Amino acid sequence: MTDPALLQVDGLSVDYLTPQGSARACSDISFTLRRGEILGVAGESGSGKSTLITALTRLQRPPAVTSAGRIVYHPADGEPVDLVAQSERALRRRRWRQLAIVMQSAMDCLNPVMRLGAQFTDVLRTHDPSLDRAAAWQRAGELVRMVGIAPDRLPAYPHELSGGMRQRSLIALALACDPDLVVMDEPTTAVDVVMQRQILAQVLRLRERFGFAVVFVTHDLSLLLELADRIAIMYAGRIVEIGSSADLYHRPKHPYTKGLRDSFPPLHAPLRELSGIPGSPPDLRDPLPGCAFGPRCPRAHAACEQAVPPLRTVEAQDVACVLYDPQNPEATAHA
Amino acid sequence: MPDTPVPAPRGTSDSVAPVLEAVGVSKHFEVRNRGGNNAVVRAVENAGIALHRGRIVALVGESGSGKTTVARILGRFYAPTEGEIRLHGRPVAAGGIARRDYFRKVQLIFQDPFGSLNSLHRVRYTLGRALKLHGHARSRREVEDGVIDLLRRVNLTPPEQYLDKFPHELSGGQRQRVVIARALAVRPEVLLGDEPISMLDVSIRLDVLNLLAKLRDEEGLALLYITHDIASARYLCDEIDVMYAGQLVEGGPKEAVIQSPKHPYTRLLLDSSPDPGRSLAAGSASEGLFTATGELGEPPDPADPPTGCRFHPRCPFAMDECRESFPERTEFPDGQWVHCWLHQKGRAHLLAPAPPAQSLKETRP
Amino acid sequence: MLNGILRKWNVRIGLGIFALALLVAFLGPWVAQSLIGWSGHQVDYHAIGRPPGHGHLLGTNTAGNDVLAQTVLGARGSVFVGLVSAVLATVLAAAVGVPSGFVGGRYDRVMTAFTNVFLTLPSFALTLIVAGYVQGAPWLMIALIIAVFEWPGGARYLRSQTLSLRGRDFTVAMRMVGETRLRLVFFEVMPHLTGIISAMFLRAMVAGIFAEAGLAFLGIGSTDTISWGTMIADAHSQSAILNGQWWWFVPPGLCIAVLGMATALVNFGIDEITNPRLSAAGRRLVKKFHAARAAGRRAAGPAAAETAGRST
Repeated sequence: MTDPALLQVDGLSVDYLTPQGSARACSDISFTLRRGEILGVAGESGSGKSTLITALTRLQRPPAVTSAGRIVYHPADGEPVDLVAQSERALRRRRWRQLAIVMQSAMDCLNPVMRLGAQFTDVLRTHDPSLDRAAAWQRAGELVRMVGIAPDRLPAYPHELSGGMRQRSLIALALACDPDLVVMDEPTTAVDVVMQRQILAQVLRLRERFGFAVVFVTHDLSLLLELADRIAIMYAGRIVEIGSSADLYHRPKHPYTKGLRDSFPPLHAPLRELSGIPGSPPDLRDPLPGCAFGPRCPRAHAACEQAVPPLRTVEAQDVACVLYDPQNPEATAHA
Repeated sequence: MPDTPVPAPRGTSDSVAPVLEAVGVSKHFEVRNRGGNNAVVRAVENAGIALHRGRIVALVGESGSGKTTVARILGRFYAPTEGEIRLHGRPVAAGGIARRDYFRKVQLIFQDPFGSLNSLHRVRYTLGRALKLHGHARSRREVEDGVIDLLRRVNLTPPEQYLDKFPHELSGGQRQRVVIARALAVRPEVLLGDEPISMLDVSIRLDVLNLLAKLRDEEGLALLYITHDIASARYLCDEIDVMYAGQLVEGGPKEAVIQSPKHPYTRLLLDSSPDPGRSLAAGSASEGLFTATGELGEPPDPADPPTGCRFHPRCPFAMDECRESFPERTEFPDGQWVHCWLHQKGRAHLLAPAPPAQSLKETRP
Repeated sequence: MLNGILRKWNVRIGLGIFALALLVAFLGPWVAQSLIGWSGHQVDYHAIGRPPGHGHLLGTNTAGNDVLAQTVLGARGSVFVGLVSAVLATVLAAAVGVPSGFVGGRYDRVMTAFTNVFLTLPSFALTLIVAGYVQGAPWLMIALIIAVFEWPGGARYLRSQTLSLRGRDFTVAMRMVGETRLRLVFFEVMPHLTGIISAMFLRAMVAGIFAEAGLAFLGIGSTDTISWGTMIADAHSQSAILNGQWWWFVPPGLCIAVLGMATALVNFGIDEITNPRLSAAGRRLVKKFHAARAAGRRAAGPAAAETAGRST
């Protein structure tokens, strides 16, 4: 990991404002994303992973607001900028060129009444007005070929394409302006496993070629373990553990990470009874004083209820759990 | 499928004859295509499935493979175009077994636990009605006791706490338990689960799977588990049947199907399914049959399926026979069976022994 | 859900207006006699066509009747016709639409055709003709005639809603458990339609009031009952507009308009609940939040802004 930092997220918090008070959907999120790195963000519904995505790209809609923190972006050339403080206009210039987004539902992101090719040329020519129509169409053909779609499909309308093709063209569209960072929000949940694998293999191949970094959000940890370089596990709006895929799989530290890993039955390893995680996620409007996972945690004890544990570096990963607090008498260094 | 070798029954011994079976069922839908002409969608072709007491069969396939159509034929949403459904060996055609009597024995669990509970009724009402309708409880006291017993059986404890809850006050997993409890209230012999966990949060899916396994083991229910997730099928089921584009292509005891797939499509499905144990086990990468980056095409349009074996346009081993006709069933001693010309033509060695699957990250252009 | 709707201010005001109109309609004669002192039919020979004031809060018409008393009495004529026609129309709509959507098949096709025929009829013109035919009919008859032409739209809407509810998983599941048809309709499907039916009812009521006013204006209907419609018709026939006697026709006109507004308020409220994206509250809160932050930043000075932001 010698690559320079691309994105430094520092103390990011996102609140949903309601007349009854606010709910903190993302709380004090900090991580560093390096150039060309794939960071997976895994969590269940309500863990704040999608909120994090919209906050990173500043696409959140009211009543969500970024209430604290910084997102420092380091362009390849030029000074680092804090995306939180940027104006909407300045951001619009950065989107596509520097950061691109791939959403879950391709049908919602593609314009249903525009031919696929026209959507590409639109984006290309908006960001490079010197490009003429023919050159833009040419470039669009190259882009879709990259994701395994024949350029002769460019005149098709989105509804004439299969779900997998739509999702792949969305990825090609995101890469149109050669961004540094591609943010993906469950880009493969709507497609089948075979197609999912093809799409992800393509993403990896393209990353190899263009060197963009990816933040990949999904509920499917088993997928991330294969795909991502590093994984952040989110629970109740906080990162509870972050580390390399191999470390998280073989040596998970946080009881939640462990539970989540064991929620995916293996395909080839010997079967044993697995239990998942009993209970249900907490209500974000009424946060607990201590660790939010406490009520569901098999190793909960008195210290868990006192304060929200901070992220601490334990061996190769960072984990937010009192079991790793050196001051905690219950702590076991190698839990 | 009377000719299916029945594997050794688990638990009780009265499970030789299937409780519910689909024999050679096909379902064709008439639709209007884009040109305005009538077209026939061949959603399911000649499928056979047998459900035995105390056993769980998984039906695995991608969306559009026809697995949900099979569930709906078994749930009597519509009658099969060809073939028949048999309950305890009796055909369930029009007039054969009344719907009411059928649903006393066979119940369906839907995919979306929120949609399948009426949001305006409390748990007590929903479960109580199911009990009363079948005369399993009459007086107020009996209904209350019956509902409490049901809640306990689906591990919603303490049951008193859930009696007066509305669906929106429950979590996804709890709702699906109530749905299962409602099905159990009828005292059925067969449960059909159409992707019963795919809309639940990851951490509670196993809980529901464990509950289904408990119902099989303790109450001897026969279960059909329909899913796209072959890893969960392996965890829960006894037998796995694989469906592709409306055709059942392979089936048998789960470990046989997963550890030594006999059909190229099953191989593709297994290679494509995430399995962290595989890719993170260092050095296991070797060339798989399918390079994950290769263009493998997509499932066919069910209104215009390929001739013969419907997988042949995507199959690396496709031969002339594959394009002409669908192969007969090849059976193996351990109960596994497959519809593939490779086995009919003595080319099975192309598939076996299965080399370790390739990991996603090792893929290089 | 019902509680959420009742908590909306616009729904509360709308329903309040309806309640007030009903109250006035029921107590009308008593209110006129004992609170205003004029019965509405009584003639004040000393005050013919007087503007507001001089013992007549809203003036008098050219026949010497107190306008306020007439407006209060007219509420009964208008609101009762609206109420009865709305009850009839809603019951008819539900009785035709819900079974049609639930049963489906041939029954549905026949009923849909029947509904469509009624829907395409030029309803007001026909109401006019039928009402003209039964010249001088009592208000109950008028209400009946209005209702007959009022139900088809509602029936169609209820049919489509029922159709979708019938196919929903929870209905299918209860059917599989063995629930009877009647209970499926009344206990599984109908409860989901109560919101739609009540909104429909309010709309039908206002439409009934409008229709009655229209008929009265055209001189059709009973001549001896007072309604807001007959008041406007009388004002018109006596050239109240030309004579500048605005106090004669404005009060009944305003009453009709206010009731129309009340339905709109209730419907907006229901919309906001069923479609949360319309809710303006979120946007307002975000604006307030940013304003507060900006103010905090100015107060703390640019150097402290970062830490202040983080501690919120």
